[in-house]
Amino acid sequence: MARIEITTEACKSCSYCVISCPKQCIEISDKVNSKGYLYAASVRPEDCIGCAMCAQICPESAIEVWR
Amino acid sequence: MAEEKKVYTRTKGIIEGAVSGFCPGCMHSTIHKIIGEAAEELGQLDNLVRVEGVGCCGLGQFYVTCDETIAAHGRAGAVATGIKRSSPNSLVYTYQGDGDLAAIGLAETMSAANRGENFTVIFVNNGIYGMTGGQMAPTTLVGMKSTTTPGGRNPEEHGYPMHMSEILNQLTAPYYIERVSCDTPQHVIAARKAIKKAFQYQLDGKGYSIVEIVTSCPTNWGLDPLKSLDFLREKMFEEYPLGVFRDEGKKLK
Repeated sequence: MARIEITTEACKSCSYCVISCPKQCIEISDKVNSKGYLYAASVRPEDCIGCAMCAQICPESAIEVWR
Repeated sequence: MAEEKKVYTRTKGIIEGAVSGFCPGCMHSTIHKIIGEAAEELGQLDNLVRVEGVGCCGLGQFYVTCDETIAAHGRAGAVATGIKRSSPNSLVYTYQGDGDLAAIGLAETMSAANRGENFTVIFVNNGIYGMTGGQMAPTTLVGMKSTTTPGGRNPEEHGYPMHMSEILNQLTAPYYIERVSCDTPQHVIAARKAIKKAFQYQLDGKGYSIVEIVTSCPTNWGLDPLKSLDFLREKMFEEYPLGVFRDEGKKLK
């Protein structure tokens, strides 16, 4: 079981993780953080394979991955 | 079921809990991250010295954990020369943008490369001046709009884009020249490898190494982060092809 953890306060809503996920299990949520950005969130966490592609591309190092 | 293991951790090269001052989609913060990771892999995080140019790269001073100084505009090559010569065991790198390295600092860059100084240059090329408000840089593409070329860059009036890696490749002294990007996870991994290799060459005392990173500037290009990636792939990569220009270490084997 793989999972990711997103530091929502650091997210700037650039969507790079969304387009990089091979399983399409990250989406931009409709919630905002304290800076006013709609942050990315893990949807369908059961599909996550822990490839860490989202963490590699994330400019803010906001994603950490467990596998 | 096997116990789960952390496979990707935030690098210690950037301040814990810090959020960078860069715009959404800017790859400066990606590059800070991979520099931290590369230094961490080499076990050199405590030994790292950073010399910053002026511009958006200056925002990194609030983001990285290593020792650093900010040089006068364009003079990072000269300052890094002094630091490396007086402290030869430190791992010194300069972090410069295209306006800093290719415009005002061209003389310092060329002179440091020509002397084969033993430090690493991280050159971030996004084809525009970022912090000052999107003016034309020497690396701006032909036809590309900026605040000082509102009708697009006209080669008859403003000249042609400068290819710094190709220009530096004409010199004898540089040891390692590579152009990479950060637009996909694969390219990020390749960029990290290139930076790690450049750091390793410096630790081995081989001489001048430069890693040019072609990136986007969503804010000043006037595009959203995803559209800026398309522009980067279609236009920037055509003008600035990725690849290794020189790798003396490989030649010897």
